[in-house]
Amino acid sequence: MAKVTIDDITIEVPDGTTILEAARMIGPHVAPPTMCYYSKLKGTGGYCRTCIVKVEQGSEKDPRPMPKPVASCRTTVMDGMVVRNNTSPEIQEARAGITELLLINHPLDCPVCDQAGECHLQDLAFDHGKVKTRYEFERRTFTPQDIGDNVKLHMNRCILCYRCVKTCDQITDGRVHGVINRGDHAEISTYISNAIDNDFSGNIIDVCPVGALTDKTFRFKSRVWFTNPQEAHRDCDKCCGKVTLWTKGTDVLRVTARKDAFGEVEAFICNTCRFEKKQLSDWTIDGPRKVDHKSVISANHYQVKEAPKYLYDRVKLLNQGLDLPEVKDNK
Amino acid sequence: MLGMTKKLLLALDHIEGISKLDVYRQHGGYAVLQKALKATPESLVEEVKKSGLRGRGGAGFPTGMKWSFLAKPEGVPRYLVCNADESEPGTFKDRYLMERIPHLLIEGMIISSFALGANTSYIYVRGEYYYIIKILEKAIEEAYAAGLLGKNILGSGYDLNLYVQPGGGAYICGEETALLESLEGKRGNPRIKPPFPAVAGLWGCPTVVNNVETIAAVVPIIQMGGDEYAKIGIGKSTGTKLISASGHINKPGVYEIELGLPVEEFIYSEQYCGGIRNGKKMKAVVAGGSSVPILPTELILKTAAGEPRLMSYESLGDGGFATGTMLGSGGFIVYDEDTSIVKNLFTFARFYHHESCGQCSPCREGTGWMEKILHKFIDGHATLADIDLLWDVQSKIEGKTICPLGEAAAWPVAAAIRHFRHEFEAYVNNPAAIKQVKHYYRLNKLEVVNS
Repeated sequence: MAKVTIDDITIEVPDGTTILEAARMIGPHVAPPTMCYYSKLKGTGGYCRTCIVKVEQGSEKDPRPMPKPVASCRTTVMDGMVVRNNTSPEIQEARAGITELLLINHPLDCPVCDQAGECHLQDLAFDHGKVKTRYEFERRTFTPQDIGDNVKLHMNRCILCYRCVKTCDQITDGRVHGVINRGDHAEISTYISNAIDNDFSGNIIDVCPVGALTDKTFRFKSRVWFTNPQEAHRDCDKCCGKVTLWTKGTDVLRVTARKDAFGEVEAFICNTCRFEKKQLSDWTIDGPRKVDHKSVISANHYQVKEAPKYLYDRVKLLNQGLDLPEVKDNK
Repeated sequence: MLGMTKKLLLALDHIEGISKLDVYRQHGGYAVLQKALKATPESLVEEVKKSGLRGRGGAGFPTGMKWSFLAKPEGVPRYLVCNADESEPGTFKDRYLMERIPHLLIEGMIISSFALGANTSYIYVRGEYYYIIKILEKAIEEAYAAGLLGKNILGSGYDLNLYVQPGGGAYICGEETALLESLEGKRGNPRIKPPFPAVAGLWGCPTVVNNVETIAAVVPIIQMGGDEYAKIGIGKSTGTKLISASGHINKPGVYEIELGLPVEEFIYSEQYCGGIRNGKKMKAVVAGGSSVPILPTELILKTAAGEPRLMSYESLGDGGFATGTMLGSGGFIVYDEDTSIVKNLFTFARFYHHESCGQCSPCREGTGWMEKILHKFIDGHATLADIDLLWDVQSKIEGKTICPLGEAAAWPVAAAIRHFRHEFEAYVNNPAAIKQVKHYYRLNKLEVVNS
């Protein structure tokens, strides 16, 4: 076991845990944002750099700080490590910089994007973005492509998190999906535009943090916040069959896997469940789905986001123009 | 040769036909190998450690230490990979070495592989060096025929297979983990470290990746002994270094210098660069390949403390990035007074934009943005705010990327603004003047317009 202190909150975690996982164990308000890391897939993380944190003390034995900010999703904790995330102004500034860089080539077409409302980049921009852009040049553009019968690729919106590439590598057989070209004209592509044709390819829609990969059976049907998420299951011989149905009245508009507080699926589902079972009679409804943490949708009700009490206290002090005390124990 | 400096790597480069095995052997080639094969691998690593040799590829990490970090689990093969993907703008020393004396590299490879216990080794050559691949392959063929490679080398019972692998022409594949990915046949994206290649490198096995010059330097080290080698040079910068001198100097080329040579002597002496061409004055120097910070004349000749600057890892790094730079890979580019630093920087920024692999977001998006801002300066419609924006963008990239390419792209921009801010301002204040000048990189004419 290793003791690690993140933003002045100490937690004991098993050896080999990453800083990010340790922060997630403390709670979503401490965890750094992630755009590319996906705990359900192997070898993800390290690319987007939004989860960078400052390591003030490397370990109990070697108390030197790390010279550069580190990607928390790829750095394992050491006993006695002291990490700063939300309480470090430089990390906040660096993260704002990375958010700005992620957005300079993003089309910002949220009003017509199906991902809006459940988009991780929107959340990131809301938390760390600036009001105005300083980028005044033409954004890179690509033509939307069909990847198979059911998935549409909007490369313009892609932030190259490689999650879909890892998904195709790990849960579908035969690698047909990858990245071509390099630098800021790199693009996600199936091998010479071949359709991805296997039973689990639809999961690339769920793992995509932005609206680059969208479900063609759902595109432009409804804004997600007008739909009603419900937990449902069916007996499926390919997958666990546990899904979230997004309904409007008696219509099933969309089927996705169930996602946790960090926007990650609980279990991958097959294409039959996702694309073909679009009747309420196909499913057994378990009850309303609570959409957690950052989402504006929670069983069609806005959920009050409880910030920890100390944050309110600090805001009060700030409003009075007083100096902020050092954060000791946030619990 | 008349050179006063002891030549260790290029001692034989003037000899006719030295790229052939028999000529190389006549001049004492492969004698060191015979000596090395009689010693134990551990003692060879110890000699390299004692020599204080530092990686010649750019980072300057002690080679002996790198070798001793190599994990040695039972039953797992180990690999030595030679990084000949020399693509840093301004650096061409490895090309010269491989072109002239390929057998020196091969001898170094055999000794190093023996010291590390590797039975398969690779030389990863930059794709653009197509003709060098042929030279190396021919030399390796000769070495196989003479029993210097393959099974039971010179009767020692040690086996080694050496392969040459051409790269696909990407700058990023000079980064060691991207090189390994490329060598494995994948897309050349840098890996996230840890694990370091010494633990999990090529095919997941322990691997050492060394620069061509580093491996070639192993030969004189074993020949003269580590202690003797450590006497050459100055302080922790031991031995000799190949410097690729280019730019506005009278005698561009590859020079072998003893580390600790004063920069002033290197630029102005007849033995080396021979001064600035056409009798011009020197304006700035990029001392170690395009990615290291550029320094104006007064700072490259003397440190901020007023001491003469020497060609060594420590002296060039003196003062940090505020007033210092790095020895890097030894790509020494000299600019005369007519050069426009902004135009030069634009060329570098365009290069790094083109070569960014696109894996991590700060580098992928930031390099392109910097190029576009600099293009505004060249086009003459930049504003003063753009200088600050440029500074801000580079600071958002530096230190936040997976591999050093992000830093390589950010450092030159930071240094140019730090030392030559007035030139950026001149581009902003006199856009019309820039347009009038036919070769608008000749800023001296612009200064006339200013006054």
